[in-house]
Amino acid sequence: MTSGDPRGAARPETHAEVGAGAAVSSSGLTKRFRGGQVAVDGVDLAVPSGSVYGFLGPNGSGKTTTIRILLGLISPTSGSCELLGGAIPDRAASVLPRVGALVEGPAFHPYLSGRANLRRLDAADRAAHPATCDARIGQALDRVGLAAAAGKKYRAYSLGMRQRLAIAAALLQPRELLILDEPTNGLDPQGTREVRALISNLAASGVTVMLSTHLLSEVEQICSHVGVMHLGKLVAQQPLAELRAATAARVSIETDAPDKASATLRRLGFTEVAPTSGGVTAEAGELPPEKVLSELVYDGVPVRGFAVATPDLEDVFVSLTGEGFDVSG
Amino acid sequence: MSAADATAGVVTGAASAPWRRLSTRFLRSELGLVFGRRRNQVALAILAAVPVIIAVAVWWSAPPSGRGPNLIGAVSGNGVYVALAALGAELGLFLPLAVAAVASDAIAGEANQGTLRYLLTVPVGRARLLAVKYAGVLAYALAATLLVAAVGVAVGVAFFGGGEMILLSGSQIGFLPALGRVALICGYITACLAAVGALGLFVSTLTEQPVGAAIAVVVFTISNQILGTIPQLEPIHPYLMTHWWYGFGDLLRAPIATSSVGPGLLSAGIYTAVFLAAAWARLGSRDITS
Repeated sequence: MTSGDPRGAARPETHAEVGAGAAVSSSGLTKRFRGGQVAVDGVDLAVPSGSVYGFLGPNGSGKTTTIRILLGLISPTSGSCELLGGAIPDRAASVLPRVGALVEGPAFHPYLSGRANLRRLDAADRAAHPATCDARIGQALDRVGLAAAAGKKYRAYSLGMRQRLAIAAALLQPRELLILDEPTNGLDPQGTREVRALISNLAASGVTVMLSTHLLSEVEQICSHVGVMHLGKLVAQQPLAELRAATAARVSIETDAPDKASATLRRLGFTEVAPTSGGVTAEAGELPPEKVLSELVYDGVPVRGFAVATPDLEDVFVSLTGEGFDVSG
Repeated sequence: MSAADATAGVVTGAASAPWRRLSTRFLRSELGLVFGRRRNQVALAILAAVPVIIAVAVWWSAPPSGRGPNLIGAVSGNGVYVALAALGAELGLFLPLAVAAVASDAIAGEANQGTLRYLLTVPVGRARLLAVKYAGVLAYALAATLLVAAVGVAVGVAFFGGGEMILLSGSQIGFLPALGRVALICGYITACLAAVGALGLFVSTLTEQPVGAAIAVVVFTISNQILGTIPQLEPIHPYLMTHWWYGFGDLLRAPIATSSVGPGLLSAGIYTAVFLAAAWARLGSRDITS
């Protein structure tokens, strides 16, 4: 690659603060809009190369502003960021051709067909070879299942088709990094599955994917890493497995003798024992579940139901970002 | 990095796009977009209808016998004058309006649709985007002017014949040299419209509403013309954008005069440069939140 690798041996110290092999990194990234509103507040991103990074956060938490800064659309008030080792916005011209992006929903010329819209984007790309244009467009349309509707005018597309076209635009070139803002928004269930499979395939082929989404099931299915935004701050960032391990599993016992059950659980060394509507729950310890059950029965607790539940990502997410329904201001 | 640095970074980031290959693909795509758009085609059709209306009206009111040295008389004597009459009639509002509509759409239209953010992340450098957009505006201005002239000449010759043309200085030139004069006038008018286009491009970087931008440009153009009619404001008249527009009469003299066309070209050049610089300053540092 002619642009060289800035993380190479020539200047190792310069980027020491940036995790080696980070496809996306930022330090102290802050954006204060003219009204004084701080949309992004000291965000230190580190998206490892080859990861599928779920970028989560409630509406208005600063995800999209962060993504816009990463793509050079908005200049940060302070802080810096890099994509694929090149500083944004200084190296945007050499870095962005290797990045496919979907920002805040699809946007195309309504009176052009899907294919014509892709041709226009390709024409604007200096890095794109004109001779392979039609082949690449055909391939991208095939990958998102839009080949049959490629000749229709964009304005006649459904939301799902528009979303597919935007993904096709991100795939016009072989990319090293995809930044996808809610890629499955508006897709039907089949489309959602296809897009998830597509993202997984791309990730398997070595593409780093930064995926902003509200759908926690999506994150659980395809993400290896998670970053959670709340009120402009990055409140958590770690491998998904670690994030989930940090919140312990709980046992819950359905019984009409909760006091007896609580006593047994305490005797067995369980912590955070608490009554529920139909029984008792406690933080699961080292003891295997079948052992717990036999001890309960031995103590004469009438057990109606027994379950060990790992908190789902939604619980983790809510514990990080709060319960409130209101959007972040 | 300070805010100022960050802003400057956007500017240099856009300007320092690596040269790969001199390609006209993006320009051709832009031209396709401008000329392929139904609205712009309708505008061209309306512009082209004016010389036809003029020719029919003159032919109806004054059969080709010719009575006086006025424009109507001149038209009825020579078809080429239909083109000049049409250009003169449309220079006040129709031509600037058509150019304003296209120029205002250049950035504001893309921003309004959201396509601006996708162009910039392709990436298209902001300077390159402005250059290509302005080239599209210029092409449309030139095409509109040439279309009016061509239709004017064609209809004029059909109705009144293509004989000798009497110049403002009194001498006569043949049909082909007359076409040459018309071509020169088209060039001059396009230069004047280039300033309108640059203004439109600048306003287009300020807003996400293309219609609002077009209205602003037309209001500016018309208020210039109104100021130009107020005698008490004579000291500022030479500095108005529209003041020299009708100076193209210079090009209908033998030899060609430059007393109006010279300052007119200078004025158009300065207005164009100032508005393009303003457009660049604005777009180069703007946060794209659309």
